[in-house]
Amino acid sequence: MPRPAAGLLALALLTAPAAAQDIPPAERRSGRDFMAPATQAMQADDTSNPGMLWVLQGEALWQEKTGAAGRSCADCHGAPASLRGVAARYPAFDTASGRPIDLAGRINQCRSVRQRAPALERESDDLLALTTLVAHQSRGLPITPPDDPRLAPARDEGRRIFTTRLGQLDLSCANCHDQNWQGRLAGSAVTQAHPTGYPLYRLEWQGVGSLQRRLRNCMVGVRADPFAPGSAEFIALELYLMQRAAGMALETPAIRP
Amino acid sequence: MSRSLISVPKTAKTGEVVDIRAMTAHPMETGHRMGPNGVAIPRNILTRLTCSYNGEEVFAADFFPAISANPFVSFSLVATESGTLTFEWTGDGGQSETASAEIVVS
Repeated sequence: MPRPAAGLLALALLTAPAAAQDIPPAERRSGRDFMAPATQAMQADDTSNPGMLWVLQGEALWQEKTGAAGRSCADCHGAPASLRGVAARYPAFDTASGRPIDLAGRINQCRSVRQRAPALERESDDLLALTTLVAHQSRGLPITPPDDPRLAPARDEGRRIFTTRLGQLDLSCANCHDQNWQGRLAGSAVTQAHPTGYPLYRLEWQGVGSLQRRLRNCMVGVRADPFAPGSAEFIALELYLMQRAAGMALETPAIRP
Repeated sequence: MSRSLISVPKTAKTGEVVDIRAMTAHPMETGHRMGPNGVAIPRNILTRLTCSYNGEEVFAADFFPAISANPFVSFSLVATESGTLTFEWTGDGGQSETASAEIVVS
């Protein structure tokens, strides 16, 4: 027999309108606003934010000459600060492959094409450190998805995935994050799914992780088969989520419970 | 490659109580967890942090398996003289990690 809370949630989902209702811009809130004040303070102070450890590691990797070309990131780009604002525009359209590409994918592409080094594994500490370093340069800037018509099909696909019921629990992302973000699930706040702080330090993970890892978590949570890391589906979803969060400030590296 | 964040005020007045923070990247694996296929993950933790002020030990902490990953320690210190604060973390398997910061006391 289902517990009363689960029954109520199921009832709420059944009675919710079938079509996803977007959150009005004035009501949009970052995941940070749902956190306890102590966790917010931890994120705000760089000397207590463990995500900064990955930024430090990224700075070391930035200077490191690697690959057959023997070049470092700094050789082409100069200081990391030259990439200010870049993370706010990703995922972007990659003309070389004719597909949208996310920030971690772009870093790997730079490695294989310019440095002629092997690609870094998704969710490896090195790739997360470089991605965190680049995204950290855009901290405080508004998310500005590129106005590129070639991205529209993938963005629409992302919206379709967001609103499609998945898994054994038969829930779509929108069921929780559009229709029930005021509520709580197992004591935790259900947030509005705005990717404002990725890659971020999650206390539950005891480490930094990417947006795709977080999406994977949710998919496992509804008992769906997660998409592959770096797959077109994840990038499409990421594109749609960044569009939803357009104008909100980047917080990388953020802290989440 | 050192991954440690040290926060020490750059300057202080003689006798002032200053706030010191130190955080280092470490997985702090407890040794009680199972990895994939039921294989136990071996214990790998930092066991001690010491802080020396111009060579004299002024703070030390013992760490145990319940300490979270990337341990963060904060304490206060009476600033007496200009010099170097040296932090050293030691752990299982004799690993050691050091970091230091300068303070100017006037």
